[in-house]
Formats: sequence, C-alpha cells, structure tokens
Amino acid sequence: MMRTTAEEATPVRNVDDLAERLAADLDGCFETLVRAYQDRLYAFALRLSGSAPDAEEIAQDAFVRAYRALGSYPADRVRALALRPWLYRITLNVARNRGRGRRLRLVSLTGDDDRPGVAEPVAAARDRPESVFERTERGNELAALVAALPTRHRTAVVLRHVEGMSYREAAAVLDQPIGTVKANAHRGIRSLRAALTRTHDHDHDHSVAHTSESR
Amino acid sequence: MDLKFHETHPIKEMREMAQGLSDLRTATAPHALLPAVLVRVGLGDAYWRMETPIGPIFVAAGNEGVSAVMPAGDETAFEQTFRARFGRPAYPVAVPPPALARTITGRLDGSARSPLRFDLRGLSEFEQAVLRKALEIPHGEVRPYGWISREIGRPGAVRAVGTALGHNPVPLLIPCHRVVRIDGKIGDYALGPDAKRAMLAAEGTPPAEIERRARAGVRFHGSDTTKIFCFPTCRHARRTTARHLVSFPSETAARAAGYRPCLVCRPALAS
Repeated sequence: MMRTTAEEATPVRNVDDLAERLAADLDGCFETLVRAYQDRLYAFALRLSGSAPDAEEIAQDAFVRAYRALGSYPADRVRALALRPWLYRITLNVARNRGRGRRLRLVSLTGDDDRPGVAEPVAAARDRPESVFERTERGNELAALVAALPTRHRTAVVLRHVEGMSYREAAAVLDQPIGTVKANAHRGIRSLRAALTRTHDHDHDHSVAHTSESR
Repeated sequence: MDLKFHETHPIKEMREMAQGLSDLRTATAPHALLPAVLVRVGLGDAYWRMETPIGPIFVAAGNEGVSAVMPAGDETAFEQTFRARFGRPAYPVAVPPPALARTITGRLDGSARSPLRFDLRGLSEFEQAVLRKALEIPHGEVRPYGWISREIGRPGAVRAVGTALGHNPVPLLIPCHRVVRIDGKIGDYALGPDAKRAMLAAEGTPPAEIERRARAGVRFHGSDTTKIFCFPTCRHARRTTARHLVSFPSETAARAAGYRPCLVCRPALAS
C-alpha cells in the first residue's frame, strides 16, 4: 500500500485545522480525517457493539456518512464543526440504528444472543506471560461486561469512562441533559461493580456467559 | 489468579476498574477499514488479480466502474502507477466483487456480453468515443483503424484513433486488440504486440490468417447468394460456405460487382 513518507512518519497528523482544510478541499483531506480518527471511532464502535466485525462495519458506515454530510454542508458549517464530537455522534447513530435492526432479527429467529468476538480473545491470551494474561483477561472480562449493559447505561459509561469525555461533552454527543447522562453512567458503573463482585465470588472459569444473560 | 481479587481492597478495585475502562479506549482499526471507506466514497479504487489468456492481470474498479487493467506484477509498482495516472489510490482486495468478477471472466472468454461499466473520466471526448466504438467489436472479429475513425465521424483521424487505443486504460475489457491495420499488420497494443497476437489467437482470429489475407489483397468477403460484402471476420461472412464465398480487394470492386455493404459489420458507408 502506497503512502507518502510524511504520512508514514506521522500517521496522525496535526488535526487542529482539519475542519478548515476539509471545508477547502474535502476530497483532498478526507483520507487524513479517516487516518486521524479510524482507531478512535473503531474502538468506540467496538465498545458500543461488543463485536469486532460489527465495529468494523459501524466505523465504515460512520465515515461514509461523514463524507456525504461534509459534501452537503456549506463551507462555513464544515469550518465550524467540532470534528471529534460530531464523528462520535454519527458513529453512535449508526450503532443505534443497527442495534434496532439486529434485535428485531434476533427475536424473529432464535432469540439467541450471538455476540461473537467478546470472549474469543480469552483463549489466545492463555498462552501469554501471566501478567499480560491477567490484564488481557480482565480487559476482556470488563469489555464483555460493558457490552452486556443496557444500551443507555452502556453508551453513557463508554463516553464518560472509556472515552474520557466530560459529562458536558457526553451530553452534547448524546443530545441529552447532563443529569440524564450522569445518572445513566452511575447506574452503569454500579452494575459493572456488582457484576465484577459476582464474577469473582462465584466464578472461576472466566466464562462471561452468565453476565450476557442478564441483558 | 482470582485470589488476587479477593485480597483487593474495594477502593483499589474501583480505581482498577476505572483504569480498565479507560484501557478499553485503545483499539487498532483493521487495515481494511481505510480502503473500504475510500472505495465506498469514490476516493479510491479496489483492485485484484485475475487470470487471462495472456497471463495474470490486475483489474481496478471504483464506484464509476472498471478503471484500469494492467499486467499483474509488483503490487507497489501497480499502486504507484495507478496513483500517478488517475490521481487516487488503489487498494488490494482479497475477494473481488463477485458479480463484477463473473462478468469480466465471461467477457474475457467470450461466453458473456453482460454490460460492464467503465470509468473513463480522465479521457478526452474523442478518446472516449474511440473506446466506446471499439467496445462494439464482437469477440472473434477484427476491424481496421479506419473503420473506427469513420464510424465516429472523424474519417481523417486514423492515426489519432491508434493513439487513443494505445492509451486505453482498460485493455482486454475494451477490446482494442480487435483493431488491426488495413495492410494486415497486427499493429501496436497497450500491452505489447505479442499480447495482442496472443489475444487474437485465443479469440479464434489467428493473426497469421489475418496477415495472409492482407498479403493476398483480400479486404472483403461477399456471398454470391446475398450479394452482400463484409469484413472477413464478420460473423455473416464466416457463415458463408466456400462455394458461395467471393473476395474483393476494395469497396469499389465489391460495389462494381453489384454487392452492397453488410449492415452489421458496416465495411463501408451504406449508399
């Protein structure tokens, strides 16, 4: 894959003036936008969906939507965009819309919860040195628990505690009152703590199955 | 290792969970994400490898259609050439779009003539007209350069037709190899003269036969039952049995003998 040397050296270039550059030359700068945000949006989609293949599709759809929107906005609006929250909002909407479709399909078929990818890396992690293994193990466990939260709690927890946004920023992305976001994040964290306590009191086989069932 | 959790103080556990949650923030996007996005929005093309009678080729296609065909070699070299020529990147895909791949295969071996969209945006109107006309030449037939120039209404531009065919970005798929010189020489080709001969042979129009006819001064075949004359490779001429087949060195000679031009291969303006 061909890249210029400059891009190779600094994969994420300075994006401070990216909105400005996109307003002037969308087609010329869109690749820079994708390179700058692909890891963040993918990680965000991964925490929202709990599945790597879903996350890839969500991130892909979000960038395609972003491109279309940027092409349809007047230059002034593009220039004034706060790209990060805007991209998160698009990703969130894509994930939400998919979530609805998915749930309907699941109900109409078997009702089974098929969430591939959540627990899969655990087996691979068993071969690693113990400290890394433990971290990966716990990371996967936590990821699975986050994925199992009710959507509104999960979204708030991901924005506030995974993405590290302020409640104000998270509220803007979600288009909800700050109080609602706070309450949802707190409830989510409380469920996570409870689930972690349960897991470590009763469970020794690292299975995440029983936590998924609580959804 | 779960024992460690039992020994952990609740406060510490809380802090660990916060750390654990912020660790979830980092993930590396799959390599296919960027190419997929750029191809979908039309800022890049996908390309893949295919087998043909003249060896493996790279085929590139984007939202506008098939954009490039080149002999398969080094991928980096192809990507550089592609970006230099078309001003956008091309990304390799492991699995080509199935319907497109099937159509291309069918057109290469002559088993199908399903429509194929081409991305000819970088070309002049004249070049596009030349290539669209070349697209009309059926598998197993050839036409002279002068036929294209006359058909597109530029009878004096025979040499320019040759140049335009030489710049064909999608050789094989737009069959510029089916355009040959009136003197029977096979002529130049975007992928080299040897490839042109090989393609013609693979399509049932052996170059040796074309050259032999030209040397014998045969430019048209006619049927003495229909009194119609054609290019020798026209499917109607090839249907004519040897007993009824007549040869002509020129349009004038054919018309003088009372023959009219075929309406399918149009060897001359109907009059």
